[in-house]
Amino acid sequence: MIEVEAVTKLFGSTRALDQVSLVADAGRVLALLGPNGAGKTTLVRILTTLLLPDSGQARVGGLDVRRQPASIRSMIGLAGQYASVDELLTGRENLELSGLLYHLPRAEYRRRAEKALERMALTSVADHPVKTYSGGMRRRLDLAASLIGQPPVLFLDEPTTGLDPRTRKEMWQLIEELVAGGTTVLLTTQYMDEAEHLAQTIVVLDSGRVAASGTAEELKDRIDGTLLEVRVSDPADLGKARTILASLSTRLPRTDQDQNQVSIPVSAGPTELIAAGRALEDAGISLDDIQIARPSLDDVFLALTDHPADGAPDGSPA
Amino acid sequence: MTELTSVAPVARPGPVSAQLALRDIQGIARRNLIRIVRTPQLLFVSILQPVIILLLFRYVLGGAIHVPGLDYVDFVVPGIFLETVLIGGMTTAVALAQDLQAGMIDRFRSLPMARSAFLAGRTLADLARGIAALACLVGLAVLVGFRFHNSAVACIAAIALILAFGYVLTWVYAALGLAVRDPQTAQMAAILPMFVLFFASSALVPVTTMPGWLQPFARNQPATITINAVRALFEGGPVAHDLWLAVVWCTGILIVFLVLSLRLYRRATA
Repeated sequence: MIEVEAVTKLFGSTRALDQVSLVADAGRVLALLGPNGAGKTTLVRILTTLLLPDSGQARVGGLDVRRQPASIRSMIGLAGQYASVDELLTGRENLELSGLLYHLPRAEYRRRAEKALERMALTSVADHPVKTYSGGMRRRLDLAASLIGQPPVLFLDEPTTGLDPRTRKEMWQLIEELVAGGTTVLLTTQYMDEAEHLAQTIVVLDSGRVAASGTAEELKDRIDGTLLEVRVSDPADLGKARTILASLSTRLPRTDQDQNQVSIPVSAGPTELIAAGRALEDAGISLDDIQIARPSLDDVFLALTDHPADGAPDGSPA
Repeated sequence: MTELTSVAPVARPGPVSAQLALRDIQGIARRNLIRIVRTPQLLFVSILQPVIILLLFRYVLGGAIHVPGLDYVDFVVPGIFLETVLIGGMTTAVALAQDLQAGMIDRFRSLPMARSAFLAGRTLADLARGIAALACLVGLAVLVGFRFHNSAVACIAAIALILAFGYVLTWVYAALGLAVRDPQTAQMAAILPMFVLFFASSALVPVTTMPGWLQPFARNQPATITINAVRALFEGGPVAHDLWLAVVWCTGILIVFLVLSLRLYRRATA
């Protein structure tokens, strides 16, 4: 549904995007994950025809962003990082205006606006100016405005940045419902758990480049961070345990004296776990614990981007 | 939710038809009119300034300014009318910069609407505001002694010319707002054309009283030409030359800044 091939975008001498390629399948969620300034918003702006790439190809629904931008605009919805609804208009007026500009007949956009207000639990404030809304209400209205045209492709630029945890969960639920209805979603986020929760495909962007892509599990495998951890009951057995674990992997084990623990990076996991269990039992070493520790997506993020993942909203046009 | 989540068949429209473009313009104009109505304080303040200048020059400074063959109040009022539409245009620049910063322009540009509709709707709503402001000033002008000395047709033509000049200037302010991108900067930058066009013109004093180096500019700049045409239409007397020149100026400025504004809008980045 969305295809990006070697897209490069320069702002002055800064490479906002550098040979970025990705594919988002129809009816699924692709998350663009990256720290501030990674180029997430720039890519969204290119795909929503707000910005032209300097080189490379980008297509939405098979349409080229350079040659058929008008056709792309009739099949996409964009909900921004900064809720782009009119503060002085009421919720209903905002939705009806969006419907009108999607070129829906008047009766149809009024009906859809009413339904959307109901769905987003905004009926009671439908005729209040948006400036009286809470942050979560604004985001819901913004999302509703982008859905009025029932676009098959939806772009969500940091849909939950700055929302409280409960409102965030509500947004996740709405997004999941949209995807269940067949919408293709490309969202940007700096939250690992959000990408893992919502997206089938995660593309990690860093300084304008694709640092990695795949499912959450594939990304975790990428940094070969799966550890086999063994905690022995008797500290005297640490040395023996270390030797046994070392024979199972090409990597070197690490010993934590305080925890009575030896750990070693392994490639598969269960295979090494069983082998280690047998070997340790044969050697008569009694264990307090033996486990496979998968890295969190945060570990992956840090390893792939070399940047701390902070929760600050993305203020730059990157 | 099935309603909202279901996917519509993909439309593949060509360029937006003229009929739909007009509907888009209406929608945007309506949005901006609602905004104007809901911020009456902004409308009030934008009327207040020309009111103060009118009272200042009518009652405080006017006594010291002698204009041959004309009551000063009849001399100064056409200039004040022009200032009324000029100062209204400043809010266009600020509002566009605000829309840009708030992400409204991103939203509108990602919609299948006609791309010219956003600015056309905006400027038309601002024209409506200009009409309201000008109506207030006409009332006040009559209260402080201003009189129409010519036929109704000529006076209506004069008002129409002022509004046309104001509308054309709206496009200048639109380009300014989109170019500077920041509401505060837009506010400050918008004062410049105001000062140059209003003060270095025949609005408040005859151009012949200005220093020699300033006169060529002051005599030929579009605000002076327009004010002279408006004065002639209110007072009677030869008008053809100034009126014709005013129309040429307005048309020229409109074309240049319409094209420039649309280019800036198409490339707008917050």
